[in-house]
Amino acid sequence: MAFIPHTEHDIREMLAVIGAPSIDALFDEIPAALRVQGLEGIPEAMSEMAIARLMSERARQDGRPLSFLGAGAYEHHIPSAVWAITTRGEFYSAYTPYQAEASQGTLQLIHEHQTMISSLTGMEVANASLYDGGSAVAEAALMAVRAHRKSKSLRILVPSTVNPNYRRVAVSTAGNQGLRFESVAYSRETGCIDPLALEALRGEDLAALVIQQPNFFGQLEDVDALTDWAHSAGMLVIAVVNPTSLAMLKPPGEWGTKGADICVGEGQPLGVPLSSGGPYFGFMTTRLEYVRAMPGRIVGRTVDLEGKRGYTLTLQAREQHIRRGKATSNICTNQGLLMTAATIYMSLLGPAGLAKVAESCMARTQQLQSALCRVRGVRAAFAGARFHESVLLLDRPAAAVLRSLEAQGILGGVDLSADYPELGPALLVCATETKTDDDIERFANALGVALQAARAA
Amino acid sequence: MNQILEKSIFEYSREGRGAAAQQPPALVGAGAAAAHEAQSALPAALRRRSKPLLPEVSELDVVRHFTRLSQLNFSIDTNFYPLGSCTMKYNPKACNQYAMLPEFLARHPLAPDSQGQGFLSCMVELQEMLEEVTGMKAVSLNPMAGAQGEFAGVAMIRAYHHARGDLARNEIIVPEAAHGTNPATATMCGCVVREIPVDAEGDVDIAALEKAVGPHTAGIMLTNPSTLGVFERKIQEVARIVHGAGGLLYYDGANLNAILGKVRPGDMGFDVIHMNLHKTFSTPHGGGGPGAGAVGVSARLEPFLPVPVVGREGEAYRWLTEVDRPQSIGRLSAFMGNAGVLLRAYIYMRMLGRSGMSQVGEFATLNANYLLARLRAAGFDLAYPTRRASHEFIITLRRQAKELNVTAMDVAKRLLDYGFHAPTTYFPLLVPECLLIEPTETESRETLDAFVEAMVAILAETETDAAKLKGAPWTMPVRRLDDVRAAKQLELTWKPVNSAA
Amino acid sequence: MSHIPADRRYAKSHEWVRLLPDGRVEIGITDHAQQALGDLVFVEVPEPGRVLGAGEACAVVESVKAASDVYSPIAGTVLENNADLGGAPELINQDCYGKGWMMRLQPVSPDALDALLGPEAYAAQLAAEGG
Repeated sequence: MAFIPHTEHDIREMLAVIGAPSIDALFDEIPAALRVQGLEGIPEAMSEMAIARLMSERARQDGRPLSFLGAGAYEHHIPSAVWAITTRGEFYSAYTPYQAEASQGTLQLIHEHQTMISSLTGMEVANASLYDGGSAVAEAALMAVRAHRKSKSLRILVPSTVNPNYRRVAVSTAGNQGLRFESVAYSRETGCIDPLALEALRGEDLAALVIQQPNFFGQLEDVDALTDWAHSAGMLVIAVVNPTSLAMLKPPGEWGTKGADICVGEGQPLGVPLSSGGPYFGFMTTRLEYVRAMPGRIVGRTVDLEGKRGYTLTLQAREQHIRRGKATSNICTNQGLLMTAATIYMSLLGPAGLAKVAESCMARTQQLQSALCRVRGVRAAFAGARFHESVLLLDRPAAAVLRSLEAQGILGGVDLSADYPELGPALLVCATETKTDDDIERFANALGVALQAARAA
Repeated sequence: MNQILEKSIFEYSREGRGAAAQQPPALVGAGAAAAHEAQSALPAALRRRSKPLLPEVSELDVVRHFTRLSQLNFSIDTNFYPLGSCTMKYNPKACNQYAMLPEFLARHPLAPDSQGQGFLSCMVELQEMLEEVTGMKAVSLNPMAGAQGEFAGVAMIRAYHHARGDLARNEIIVPEAAHGTNPATATMCGCVVREIPVDAEGDVDIAALEKAVGPHTAGIMLTNPSTLGVFERKIQEVARIVHGAGGLLYYDGANLNAILGKVRPGDMGFDVIHMNLHKTFSTPHGGGGPGAGAVGVSARLEPFLPVPVVGREGEAYRWLTEVDRPQSIGRLSAFMGNAGVLLRAYIYMRMLGRSGMSQVGEFATLNANYLLARLRAAGFDLAYPTRRASHEFIITLRRQAKELNVTAMDVAKRLLDYGFHAPTTYFPLLVPECLLIEPTETESRETLDAFVEAMVAILAETETDAAKLKGAPWTMPVRRLDDVRAAKQLELTWKPVNSAA
Repeated sequence: MSHIPADRRYAKSHEWVRLLPDGRVEIGITDHAQQALGDLVFVEVPEPGRVLGAGEACAVVESVKAASDVYSPIAGTVLENNADLGGAPELINQDCYGKGWMMRLQPVSPDALDALLGPEAYAAQLAAEGG
């Protein structure tokens, strides 16, 4: 019996203590008509040796192409120490730290995480993680509506430069509570929020403006002006940021005159593998004055009976297990293990290391864009500063070009035609610090071949 | 357990120190030129000026610090962890190792389906196995935790009624013993919560249910076995009443481990369920996540499942999105849920296989009833003495609290000194001074006996040495912590000692 | 044992109301309520100017283990709130009928107090609840 330690002798003696004739008798309160008769659809058990072989075969089927995909999930080098420690049983197989005295390791680690992520984003307080970047945007919108003291508006401005999947998650998560998400157009020159489109909304009763920096196209928004505009129009500002970029870019706490009010983002770039989309983790930071409106676990430092310092979950009265129907969110389990990996990652990289990663990403993307724009039929969509992604316009349909690249062993970017049809054939490409001169050259050559083939077809 | 407190990582920090091997190499040639170009394009106003508070430490500092922190934790790998309603069973190492094969880890979520047939085939088979063990028509693996699965379930119930033009149904009925997430979820879905009582033996109060249902009923959320650790015997009657009133039945899968392979929610009449793969299918709890809250539905709710779901097309597999499922309640994650957790659940289910699957419910129930019998014999009071335990059960210390001023919290803290993680305390809220105990099927009889011995010793201490309990724990790295101070004097980030306000 | 002063009226949901000489009313939570909650760590009181209906949730009291809404026992407009509670929620634990007051209202109708429980009736309710 896999993972069940009972011997026949154990079973007999345990049943005797219970006073039941058989294990089956323990289910005598269940109406007989409901009992299952076998599970024909479940295959027979596999040994560890057999499962090892099966999974290795399945993994091989997936291959390891050279990837220039980004769009919210980024390939970074992950130091070996990160997962060697994260998968220690004491972290991996522990529960949410409700028994504080027996969970000081997890609690202190969360406190260190809160410190690092608050500082990185320039905000005062952080929670212990949310599910992912998309759901964090949804939670931030709900929080903004709760925290706004002057407006009861349920309308949130989410410009079209915010990741389209984040916008979808926000609608499916918060739409049921009456929140309305309204778009703002972007400028075709800069790929950033169009200031005129924004100005047309002045005077409307809106709860918050969402600003993604770098935005979905990789372009850098004028965050100071946007933040000041939103505050002057009586809105809160929700920043959506890439944590790697913050080693180099102005943190949301310093945007404009007053800084952003709520900051969220996808934590995956901090030591979490791509892994087909998850598990990742969302992070959230805010001003101290809004801490009680924040969802998710929060750890505080305190003292024990003898005055010795220790850590415990705090502000729990916001949460579902106490507030039930009036809780700030139904969230309970979050992404603790990924937050653990990220904290170890940030500790290993330090301020200098993270800045080097950010600089290297930015340089490689610049190098990639230059190399690809030298290919006939390719040009950059937008002018202006960007981080580690770029939109390229093609003179042939993107889908066909991507298929051809795939045949050459390259994942050449994300096709934007479904979400941004006005751009025509367009690719969102990304290069991080993992890309070399050779990788970039290989991509440029392959893209030339792909476009040539498309023209010939 | 290590009893020596570990200082903060920031206290190891020395300016200029770092883990050099972890930093990307300096760029040369074309890379360096591109770096220069990119840097000069970056306006000064967008640059960071302050150094973020990340530690400046060596790799060895990091490894030692976080290893020492790990040693301050109880975990399944180190201690018996009978935390009721959380199903803290052993997490097999193979599930982790083979979910972390390099190809799986490297696969980008937006990589084409053609570059993920191995992964997708696992997902399709996982969907199909979950359909089989729960008796549901279709499954979506998308929700990233139980609470998100609950959200998806109630959102689907709402979408179903709306699609039929039945707009008045906005009430969700919840038994008072339910997990706090149930009412919180109903609120998040824009519904109104109606709580109904349970009777003295822990079953739903049928008269109250009949009174509660009506043209406003969207559905009922039930956990079965319930949070009281007993099987809801009137489930077929509950289903008849709620369906008769036009409502749907939602199954909270928190306690699915109790009945795995014995009864299926679909056969009980449930229309929609969520499963906690991190409980029943043994993916790790990770110190608070990641979970995975797959949802299953009957045929009439299939069009509303959250996307993406995985479909078969001949020999190939692909993600089905909003385009294929226009009535879907939409996306709950930026990509496709907690894929790596799903792989672990897949491996676990394949290793258990058909026979192993039904043994889960059997041995979880055997262990719980054995512990119940032994603790009752030792003098503990049961909350529902006339009932069988499911995979968990409740003892109440109401008598000890009244007579000896010893609370469930005191017993919980004292258990830590005996090397056992405490059971769940003060949940369900209905039972005063309760301990909700769930041993799981992976614990041996010897472990259960050792736990009973500790409980017997503690029960004796309640009469002979109550101070031992009131002051517990004594052997952990810290004594009992001041929660009031933590909430009043918020210290939510580390600050250098001499700069503390 | 819970203290129930005779100079005020009570709501079933454990708030007290005291009529001030100038016709305004002062509102707080009872000794029983503060005991049940335990050490308070946070109090949120309504802003002046807010118009409250009878029975409307208007404030929150929070301990480490529980959070409760406070309901305005009568209809009226908030004139003042007790700003001291922000930094010292323990005032409610120490002196719930005095320094721990929560808000002062201009009632829509002072007669509304008559509909509330007198001290004896509130004491009887507590006895019935087993408190």
